[in-house]
Amino acid sequence: MGLLDQRFENGNVFITSLDGLLNWARLSSLWQMQFGLACCAIEMMAASASNFDIMRFGVIPRATPRQVDVMFVAGTVTIKMASRIKRLYDQMSEPRYVISMGSCATCGGPYWEHGYHVLKGVDRVIPVDVYIPGCPPRPEALLEGIMKLQEKVRKESIVKKRA
Amino acid sequence: MIDQTMLQPPTLPTNYTVKQGHIKTSTGKTIRTEEMIINMGPQHPSTHGVLRLEIVVDGEIIVDCIPHIGYLHRCFEKHCEHMTNYQMVIPYADRMDYCSAMTNEWAFALAAERLLKIEVPERVEYIRVIMAELQRIASHLIAVGTYGIDSGAFTPFLYTFIDREKILDLFEMTCGARLLYNYIWIGGLSHDLPPKFIEQAKDFVEYFRPRLKMLNDLLSYNEIFVKRTANVGVLPKDVAINYAVSGPQLRGSGVNWDLRRDDPYSIYHKLEWEPQVGKGEMGTVGDCWDRHIVRMHEMEQCLNIIEQALAGLPEGNVKAAIPKRIRPEKDAEIYVRTESSRGELGFYIVSDGTASPFRVKARGPAFVNLSVLPEIAKGAMIADLVLIAGSIDIVLGEVDR
Amino acid sequence: MTAQDIFDILKVKFSDALTEKKFDTVQPWVRIAPNKTKEICFFLRDDSAMQFDYLSCLSGMDYNNGTFGVVYHLTSIVHKHKIVLKTFCTKDNMHIQSVSAVWGTANWHEREAFDLYGIIFDEHPDLRRLLMPDDWEGHPLRKDYKVQEFYHGMKVPS
Repeated sequence: MGLLDQRFENGNVFITSLDGLLNWARLSSLWQMQFGLACCAIEMMAASASNFDIMRFGVIPRATPRQVDVMFVAGTVTIKMASRIKRLYDQMSEPRYVISMGSCATCGGPYWEHGYHVLKGVDRVIPVDVYIPGCPPRPEALLEGIMKLQEKVRKESIVKKRA
Repeated sequence: MIDQTMLQPPTLPTNYTVKQGHIKTSTGKTIRTEEMIINMGPQHPSTHGVLRLEIVVDGEIIVDCIPHIGYLHRCFEKHCEHMTNYQMVIPYADRMDYCSAMTNEWAFALAAERLLKIEVPERVEYIRVIMAELQRIASHLIAVGTYGIDSGAFTPFLYTFIDREKILDLFEMTCGARLLYNYIWIGGLSHDLPPKFIEQAKDFVEYFRPRLKMLNDLLSYNEIFVKRTANVGVLPKDVAINYAVSGPQLRGSGVNWDLRRDDPYSIYHKLEWEPQVGKGEMGTVGDCWDRHIVRMHEMEQCLNIIEQALAGLPEGNVKAAIPKRIRPEKDAEIYVRTESSRGELGFYIVSDGTASPFRVKARGPAFVNLSVLPEIAKGAMIADLVLIAGSIDIVLGEVDR
Repeated sequence: MTAQDIFDILKVKFSDALTEKKFDTVQPWVRIAPNKTKEICFFLRDDSAMQFDYLSCLSGMDYNNGTFGVVYHLTSIVHKHKIVLKTFCTKDNMHIQSVSAVWGTANWHEREAFDLYGIIFDEHPDLRRLLMPDDWEGHPLRKDYKVQEFYHGMKVPS
């Protein structure tokens, strides 16, 4: 708030587009679904703990899909789990985003060739906005993924339909 | 794409017959009662992953609890059979128990070394012990931190993760990875220790001792935490052994059984340390609090082991002379078990004389420890189920493999 | 107690159920008949000289020649001795007696072996698939396993 205090000390009116204001509000409070699948979930936990502190991006973990904006698919998606992920995605309210964290969620990762029970990429069942490579990605990589998603949100418009 | 039939609300697959009955209220009215089946998971903040529990409840009391697993079945055993050499299995062994990767790769490397009758240099044994014990602390820190969250205390989680990051920094300077290392190889290690490792590891041991005491004050002896965990989810000794439970969970039930001492491997017999057992300090022996405190005491023992191993670390090579293509004898087979952070981690390897294993069976401690959950959950309250499941400290990657 | 001693005691009691032994390996093993496993395991657990109270591991096996098997690794926490038992069945007759009445831990191990190999454990209280979905085709760890193309609209192979 320090920045706002100094810039607007002589008045409290500023002009921006409606899209700009709404997008700024949305990208600063991307609530996350508290949901981990595998190894990447531990890095996701590390990212939300003290050293990396994901909450400074406004990413707050919520336990129910109905309150969240973004789902981190953190880990290997198996065939048995795929229908559950699809159901959770369907329960999220629009606008919703998906970050595919790690190689497994992106393409099956090390389980690509012989994994008879691994879904080769979560994008086979739900649309994905940001892919984060790595096995597992470092917490910094997850933070960068969130920033990429914020850039995407910033460019959106409520008038035009989301692609 | 996915079939619409898969997106229907799931039908509960058990053929459990729901019991009905009648009770009389205080006003003399008779009302009908019925047991209820509740689904918990696979997306639930306190199932530590993708565990699904089907719970039959009579009011608040659990009548039966049926775990459904396999939501993270990543075909570890199939991958082992398809690898072109034994070394390639190690990264998959890492990913089995991702909270405790170092002990897992050690277990597989040890099994392969015993199968091939390779002796490793003494320096390697010392470094492996240091790494495994650091990993055990890191793994127990996750267990303790998330157990705090399960019981409603968020603060310990933040503290444990600060300390865990310090251990991960040590790992990172050694092998470049934070979580899944691929550091312990068959016949040795991938690298030697970096120059400043010993100094920093000593600093960490010194730093961590008072932190452990603080963590005990913060969580273990916290009045609310004790009230919630003592006398809850009691696992008697005989049931624990019958279900082949191992690790802190078995020791929490008062069985003095630690594979580092009872089926010795590496250099553990040269070091001075004590397996910790639950004593029923706050309630009954084998309750959730005992399992928690065994982990806390074990971390202290880990520090003792690390201190001694750092002091006695010999100079030498970190790779044994092993053939480029590893080929065990035909029909050679071995079952090697080690004490991982969660208990007895065993690898049963069968060779057919080729460079790839014929069969690898991984006996995950979390898999076996979880199978006892229905026994101890019966008769508990719904709110306690989270604490009981948390005290088992499961890692779904190892339960489903 | 060594494997030879254990074998000698078992030989007296169950002479016709012990068909093969191998003692010159790292971990000696004894082959037992598939329809006698429960009886032998109860004896091993309850006999005061043996007290094999801890079933470390139970692994299903496919030997790639039409033979399937189950390997039991037993430990005694009291006496600290170990033994390995093996039992075999053929592809036409995939029946082995369950030991889940003897050790509680065998319940899930046997369900896993049923799931991944299709070995049927007689007298098992709850023989369902454990890891794979209930309507999955085939048993994945068999050597001749071919993965199915689609599962409910999802493509399975890469």
